[in-house]
Amino acid sequence: MHISEGVLSPAILTGGAALTAIGVGIGLKCIDYEEIPYMGILTAGFFVASLIHLPVGPSSVHLILNGMLGLILGWKAFPAILVGLALQALLFQFGGITTLGINTLNMALPAVTCYYLFGWGVKKSSGRLVFIITAFAAGCCAVLFAGILVGLSLYLNGKAFLPAAKLLVAVHLPVMLIEGILTATCALFLRKVRPDILDGLYV
Amino acid sequence: MAVEELTNINSLINRIDPRVKIIEVFFFSIVVAVSNSLPVLLSALIISLGIILTAGIPAREIFRRLVPVNIMIIFLWFFLPFTTEGKSLFNIGSLAVTHEGLIYACRISIKSNAMMLMLISLIASTPIFTLGHAILELKMPKKLVHLFFFTYRYIHVMDKEYVRLINAIKMRGFRPGTNLHTYRTFAYIVGMLLIKSFDRMQRVRNAMLCRGFKGNFYTIRNFSFKKIDAISVALMIVIIMLLGIMEWTEIT
Repeated sequence: MHISEGVLSPAILTGGAALTAIGVGIGLKCIDYEEIPYMGILTAGFFVASLIHLPVGPSSVHLILNGMLGLILGWKAFPAILVGLALQALLFQFGGITTLGINTLNMALPAVTCYYLFGWGVKKSSGRLVFIITAFAAGCCAVLFAGILVGLSLYLNGKAFLPAAKLLVAVHLPVMLIEGILTATCALFLRKVRPDILDGLYV
Repeated sequence: MAVEELTNINSLINRIDPRVKIIEVFFFSIVVAVSNSLPVLLSALIISLGIILTAGIPAREIFRRLVPVNIMIIFLWFFLPFTTEGKSLFNIGSLAVTHEGLIYACRISIKSNAMMLMLISLIASTPIFTLGHAILELKMPKKLVHLFFFTYRYIHVMDKEYVRLINAIKMRGFRPGTNLHTYRTFAYIVGMLLIKSFDRMQRVRNAMLCRGFKGNFYTIRNFSFKKIDAISVALMIVIIMLLGIMEWTEIT
């Protein structure tokens, strides 16, 4: 969920931008110069995957995949998500210049958090059950945290936003379930086909 | 994925230095984001409308690009008029619409549309690769800008791969629905996309190293600060000053 331009107050925008700058700084430190083409193509892969719409009843949801991104990239998720969101703003006008910081923070912080919480389980050496549970939890929690962060940034804006913020978090709940199933299945698939991806050998 | 650039239009703002344009849009956006009074925001909206009209973008295209912003705004319109505290104007059912709430919602709508119009006139007059070179010149981290270049370059490639996968499952009679089978299929597609991007990035990187990639991108076009840039900067400073003064006098 992107927050549009003009909705948030300057204080939240500045805070978000500052925290994102720190995260991106740490992420860029982890990236070797030679890895940049790597990262770019992978980010493009995630960008395209996040445009996939899944049917849910009569409506559809689009994937966020920040859990998967966090599991594979760790701190490098920050620059990857920043670039992805910048391109979404430029190509599709989702989000904008001033909201780039807070939107990146809302997506990337959960990704990094899930990497630290569940990354240990999603390795090729861990048992199948542990693997499935941690991957599912990573996908779920990344979306849940993102929903909460988006709701929180709206709420910090003023009390009047509280019902809207609550509704936003509630809307994220079914998405969370789907994203969890998807992340677990996708991680299992990767484990079968290319297990080294999950062990961070490439990135 | 329908991504077309609107950059072949020969307009006045097309000729402004991209670096200058980025800085101007950035500061304009900040001033609008900070402003709170309706007259200031309305004049900002009129100014951005005026600027986008000189960019020569078809009106339909502008409307199409304004849709994503306004979805969120419409969502907020369902809440803000009712939840903001203040003097109530009239009732819808048992809910009171407040004067303050209406003004608040109006403010947000004008703000976001004004900022978006400016952003659209920037994108519509500059190719994305040129924007990348310009932000590199503006001393953004080189790693980040290069990541941007590679991502943008490969989005289209990965999208083609995605369309190929989708065509393959369609040919096998796949019908999406709300069931586990659909989700599993899409999970495999995402996995396949990631694997394809891993494989491709390995090949691309080797090929680039073979050709002596030293971590630089070269551009034929050099940016230069011309007379038209000076004029546009002066104009933007006047606009920002005027908006600032209006906002200031409104407060005091």
